[in-house]
Formats: sequence, C-alpha cells, structure tokens
Amino acid sequence: MTTIRIPPVLRENTGGSRTVEVTGSTVSEALDDLFGKHPALRDRVTEDGELSRFINVYVNDRDVRYREGLETAVGGDDTIILLPAMAGGSR
Amino acid sequence: MSTAVAPASDLIAAIGNTPMVELRRLAPHDGVRLYAKLEGNNPTGSVKDRVARAMIESAITDGSLVPGQTILEPSSGNTGISLAMIGSRLGHPVRIVMPDNTTPEREQILRLFGAEIVFSPGAEGSNGAIRLAQGLADADPSVFMPYQYGNQANPRVHFETTGPEILAQVPDVDVFVAGLGTGGTLTGVGQYLKRERPGVRIVAAEPLPGEQVQGLRSLEDGFIPPVLDESVLDDKFLVNNRDAVIGLRRLLRDEGIFAGLSCGAAIAVAVRVAREMETGSVVVLLADGGWKYLSADLWNRDLDELEDELEGSLLW
Repeated sequence: MTTIRIPPVLRENTGGSRTVEVTGSTVSEALDDLFGKHPALRDRVTEDGELSRFINVYVNDRDVRYREGLETAVGGDDTIILLPAMAGGSR
Repeated sequence: MSTAVAPASDLIAAIGNTPMVELRRLAPHDGVRLYAKLEGNNPTGSVKDRVARAMIESAITDGSLVPGQTILEPSSGNTGISLAMIGSRLGHPVRIVMPDNTTPEREQILRLFGAEIVFSPGAEGSNGAIRLAQGLADADPSVFMPYQYGNQANPRVHFETTGPEILAQVPDVDVFVAGLGTGGTLTGVGQYLKRERPGVRIVAAEPLPGEQVQGLRSLEDGFIPPVLDESVLDDKFLVNNRDAVIGLRRLLRDEGIFAGLSCGAAIAVAVRVAREMETGSVVVLLADGGWKYLSADLWNRDLDELEDELEGSLLW
C-alpha cells in the first residue's frame, strides 16, 4: 500500500482525511485509486489528464515532474505527497 | 599573494563577489567535491542584497522609481532588509509587508534601517503578505513595488553576477543546488550555467510548509512565481523543517558555517545529490547568515520541540 498525504485545502474532498491508503505501481495508478475513493478530487488535482499546475506531487521527497511524471514508479513504503504550489524560500 | 579587492565606492557597491568555500567534511565521499557560495557575506547578510540592488537600479534607470518615492514590498525578511538598507542610502522611504509569525530580529533590523512594517496574518504565509501588499499598492499609486516574484531584474542579476562568479570560482561545476523561494536564483544561475556548461544539473530544495502556514483558501490561491523558469530545473526535493535544522547544525559543527534555515535545507539536498554521484563538483548556494534566527535557537534546542514550533511559523 502507498500512502497519499492530502493537504488541508483538499480535505473537504476526502471527508477530512489527512491520508489515504491506495494501491498502484505508478503515481497515475495510485491517483486513479484515490479518485475512485474520492471522485471530487480528480478535477482538483488534474486538468485534461495532466497534473494541475497548482499542485505539486512528490514521491517521498522528490517532485515527480522532474522524474517520470505520472508514470513515476511507487510501491512498498512510498508516500505520495500532494502540495499546493506556494511561494517559499528565504524571500 | 594578496587577493584584496579595491575599496567599494559605498556599501551598495560592495554587494556580491561573495566567497566560495570547499566543504571537505560534509562531502559524502572522496569522489565528489562540495562547495558553498556564502551569500550571507553580503552587506545585510543575504543573497537578497543582489536582488534588491538590481530591482532598484533598474527601476531608477527606466524611470519607474523617482527620487524620494516610497518603496513597498512583501517580504518575510531578507529582501525587506536589503531594500531597507538600500532605500536608506538612496533616500527612499521603505514599507515592508511581513507575516506576523517570523523571528523578532527581522523587525529589529528593518527598524534599524528606518523601514515601516505592515504585518500580514501569519496563518496566510507568504501568499498572504503578497496579497496584502498588492492591495496596498493598488490603493496607493504613489508607491513603487519592486515585486521580487515577478521582477525580471531578480533572475537577471543572478544570470549576470552570481552565475559568472560561481563558474569562475568552480569551473568544473556539475551540479548547482539552491533553495526555491522566488525562483530568481535557480532561474538566473541555472540559465547562465546551462549556457556556459551544457550538461550541468540544476537542483531545487523546496521547503515543506507546516500545515498551519499553508494558508490557502483554494488551490487557485496557489502561486507559481512568474520569475521562475521551471524548464531550467532538473530535480526538486522537498525538505521538512527537521531535516533543514539538522543540515543547519551540521554546517556549523562540521564546517563552522553559521547560516540560516534555508541553508540547512539546501545543504541537505546537496549532500544527498553528492552521495548519488561517483565523481564531480557540487556547488550549493547558502542564502543567508544565521543572525536572524538566533532567537529561535535552532542550534541547541530539542529537535522534537523545535519541530512542533516550526510547524506554526515562517522562518524561511
């Protein structure tokens, strides 16, 4: 099982859950399982089958956009983190 | 042989040309050389001196900033302090919009340089400060807002100064690591290094914000800084506060470098990337010194206790 961490801004779509356990061997499959459990999330996280530009997706600590995107492999004890894009750093 | 440089004509002219030091003890193995660019050695103690100077100079040149005009900017610390110093030198009043949950040193330093502070709700994070500043600027057209997140002078100064300095100091640089804030450093240095040294990798260290400071009412309030050129990035790592503090402590203990919290995150990513390489040179940009974080005592306190506290504040 892979754990997906849900940011506060999306928890209204998961009945308040902070994390959701899913199956799948890629980020895409894991997200499909998540959307099956919480259908309203699909349109908030993706746009036309691609990740929304307002959402960053990480497998553990690594942004999947710079790896294989939605095809990035997951498994074992991996955690997928969904985070809204935010201004950060030592501004 | 002396490497002393000629006197600068004033403090603003002394910005940049910061030291590069090799981190022999933090390098994970003998095949990789790890170097740190010490931006905390700038006049007000951070890389933002470069950005503030560039934004003000370009605004004076194009006429958007006129003598005596007030400068207004959202900043959780470093950029505001840089603007306050430079504004005080050039005769511009400076007003900074800052979240109310940063460290007290920032307020103290801003006031020393004569800046006025407008606090934004800490729970809304940086995005809240940006929104408030934009509202104030819209309501008062007499102010000039440099707006570091969207000002092309920000990445340009890194393309024109930070990047060339890095290549001159470490000609065989293979990987460049920096924290992701406005994206100015990564974009400007990244574009320069990729032009001069194709194959170089540009790696971002991104803060994992505490839930209490995520502060978004909707996803569409989310924010991708206009100056960030995402195509220049080759990898991006999320760093939590705990790992950033551990990195910060290792910098001090192993290398004697007293640095700010984002530097702890950047070094954590740099060491991780270096560990995965067989040979090569990694340059990490350390954005600021540790002075503004002293009151939070990041160096001595219990990590668990600190982690809980950092969850609700905005330190980098």
